[in-house]
Amino acid sequence: MDSDLIIQILFAAIKTGTPLLFIALGELICEKSGVLNLGQEGMMLMGAVVGFLAAYSTGNAGLGVIAAIIMGSIMSLIFAFLVLHVGANQVATGLALTIFGTGLSAFVGSSVVGQTIEGFKPIALPLLSDIPFIGRILFQHDILVYSSFMMAFILMFVVNKTRIGLTLKAVGENPHAANAIGIKVLRVRYLAVMFGGVMAGLSGAYMSLVYTPMWVENMTAGRGWIALALVVFASWRVGRIMLGAYLFGLASIMHLVLQGLGWSISPNLLAMLPYVATVVVMVIISADKFKEKLLAPRSLGKPFDPRQMA
Amino acid sequence: MKKQHLVSRLELVKLTKQYPGCLANDRISMTLMPGEIHALLGENGAGKSTLVKTIYGVVSPDKGDILWDGKEVVIKSPSIARDLGIGMVFQHFSLFETLTISQNIELCLSKTQLHEIGDLAAKITELSQAYGLNVDPTRYVHTLSIGERQRVEIMRCLVQSVKLLILDEPTSVLTPQEVAGLFDVLRTLSKEGCSILFISHKLHEVTEICHKATILRGGKVVDTCVPNEETPASIAKMMVGDLADQEAGYVKREGTTTVFHVDDLSLPSKQPFGTVLKNIQFELKAGEILGVAGVAGNGQDELMAVISGEDERNVKNHLHLKGEPIGHLHAGERRRLGMAYVPEERLGRGAVPDMSLSENALLTHSDGFIKSGLVDWQGIKDYTKSLISKYKVKCHGEFSEAKSLSGGNLQKFIMGREIGQNPNVLICAHPTWGVDVGAALAIHQALLELRDKGAAILLISEDIDELFLLADRMSAVCDGYLSPVVRTEHTNIDQIGQWMAGTFINTHQPQEAQA
Repeated sequence: MDSDLIIQILFAAIKTGTPLLFIALGELICEKSGVLNLGQEGMMLMGAVVGFLAAYSTGNAGLGVIAAIIMGSIMSLIFAFLVLHVGANQVATGLALTIFGTGLSAFVGSSVVGQTIEGFKPIALPLLSDIPFIGRILFQHDILVYSSFMMAFILMFVVNKTRIGLTLKAVGENPHAANAIGIKVLRVRYLAVMFGGVMAGLSGAYMSLVYTPMWVENMTAGRGWIALALVVFASWRVGRIMLGAYLFGLASIMHLVLQGLGWSISPNLLAMLPYVATVVVMVIISADKFKEKLLAPRSLGKPFDPRQMA
Repeated sequence: MKKQHLVSRLELVKLTKQYPGCLANDRISMTLMPGEIHALLGENGAGKSTLVKTIYGVVSPDKGDILWDGKEVVIKSPSIARDLGIGMVFQHFSLFETLTISQNIELCLSKTQLHEIGDLAAKITELSQAYGLNVDPTRYVHTLSIGERQRVEIMRCLVQSVKLLILDEPTSVLTPQEVAGLFDVLRTLSKEGCSILFISHKLHEVTEICHKATILRGGKVVDTCVPNEETPASIAKMMVGDLADQEAGYVKREGTTTVFHVDDLSLPSKQPFGTVLKNIQFELKAGEILGVAGVAGNGQDELMAVISGEDERNVKNHLHLKGEPIGHLHAGERRRLGMAYVPEERLGRGAVPDMSLSENALLTHSDGFIKSGLVDWQGIKDYTKSLISKYKVKCHGEFSEAKSLSGGNLQKFIMGREIGQNPNVLICAHPTWGVDVGAALAIHQALLELRDKGAAILLISEDIDELFLLADRMSAVCDGYLSPVVRTEHTNIDQIGQWMAGTFINTHQPQEAQA
């Protein structure tokens, strides 16, 4: 393999991993606060279709991104209201959100199926993109990829170094104790869920405006679910989510790579790779209960009712 | 009248709080002066928790006023309470285990407070030395013992220069030595003018440290007293109203034949941060109560799980019932052979929270009430009713959900259910933890009755007084080691207290000590 091919593969892995990175970062923050949102896939699809519609009708991809973010946060607000306010079961509500989003996005987008738009153009960052090897892998992307880099680094800092991160961890670990010391648990969780929605919207926008600048029904193809596995795989750490997203990105394009190399394996089998990897990751990590228990937010998935004090 | 010129730190005027179906606080008035250590006494359900939660802003009262330093205040949330200078140490600690001590404390402080303090770690170290709390700010909370965690909670209040410290049953988890340390801290604070509101079930502690006491019953203030002018017995009488006899010590018995013995049991813990059991060895005889003292987290839970069969690892040749190895049997099989258990955790382990009392009774009596695969519902209902009346369990009826009962009542029910199986061996953890005086008496008598019928009872408890009261022979655990077993009349609180702190380990385990 020559270095050009390696660069192309890694470049593509980053591109493919970016939507995973967005949505997994959102889910991470959401889970850190103790809320498990299985509605990722639905939020992402809604973000993708609304983003595409906005960009298609205005001809401005930037407006598409903004529309997707707004849509994602509206979807997450529905979830937050049901789960945090009404006290609905998180798992059931999340699943419902995914089913709802899948159906609604297909309905809303039916008129534009197969249409294409002009998405974001890659921008080669001056100086940085001239770094041999790495420059071509990392710094010849579009603006959304760069913003995902920035987002990951900002979150790394916020989660590990700031009081906001501390508060988030406290709420996810022991909401009753957090309430007792005067943290507004429900407010923190609302914000965390909404952040998840914003990121899901961004992730959807990336799919329909950059990755394949068009709308196709169910175009996210289970990325919302992969992101859930990714958060566990990363044991709730930002840095590892970044690494994991690109690994999964690499797994997703493996069939193209191997085909290119002339291997005669069924492309369908290879396209299965990221999903198999998801299952394998989940199995391995759940087997090591000891480890997982230590790292997962203690109250993940458990509702908190401030009226019921422990 | 003498104190007229002094402004009280806290005054409650006719505080009332109504919950659906129960009047938790009924026109409660009390006064707390600066520097006063004030005990709040009462049985379970007397309204103590509701009252302190009201003061701390967790619960809002329906009626009544709170005066702070003579001025009327409305405490809507814990953060307002803390701004006023009220700190609270909860019964179930409210610390975050995956954070460090200094992060835990930081979370409680407002930005301005943090700014005033500057270097938080240095402040913690300074206060730690001033009060002898011995707290290292960089340690993670999950590595701390229960006593250390409590000190962190107190430190959390001290950092905010607290004027009123509320402690909810602070001593229930401490060794006698740790209790003495805590009392020193409280006395120092009191001298500096900090008021302390102290909830406890342990009356001798109240008489030792408190200046005044307010006694609640059924949500009302029934009495106030100066504890050092009273005896524990006279205070207990005020709490329960009319209690026939105080437990004046029961007859001790000698066990007859060995029914159950544990043989050289060593087992690593399954839980992270659990305790490794090391060379555990003891015999349990018919007709005796063997008491095991120890501070929480020294191997009691692990030992209990191994004996009950909840820990499913095979320890065949280490556990024997009537000479037969039982260490390979699962929990249900052991129960069928006549072993019964009362776990520490009532809801979740001792009973299924969402199931009714009769369903919970059925769970451990399945053999008696299931005939050819069908449940004898009438039978189980009658049986449950008989348990409820015999042990005076306060509930709506046999259909009540387990979680709707107060801790003490559920405990009486679980004890009754287990005793009702006429077990050969009863393993019982913390039977009266958080239980009021009246219920504790009922539980004690049930245990003694069972012993006198010839059952062997292993009693694991953190309450030393209770162990001395009930146990015929005594032992203690520390760090997964079991101390020697002695007859209760041949030992005393000092010796057991030292064993709880592990002084027996070097002499008892010479090989280990050299290694």
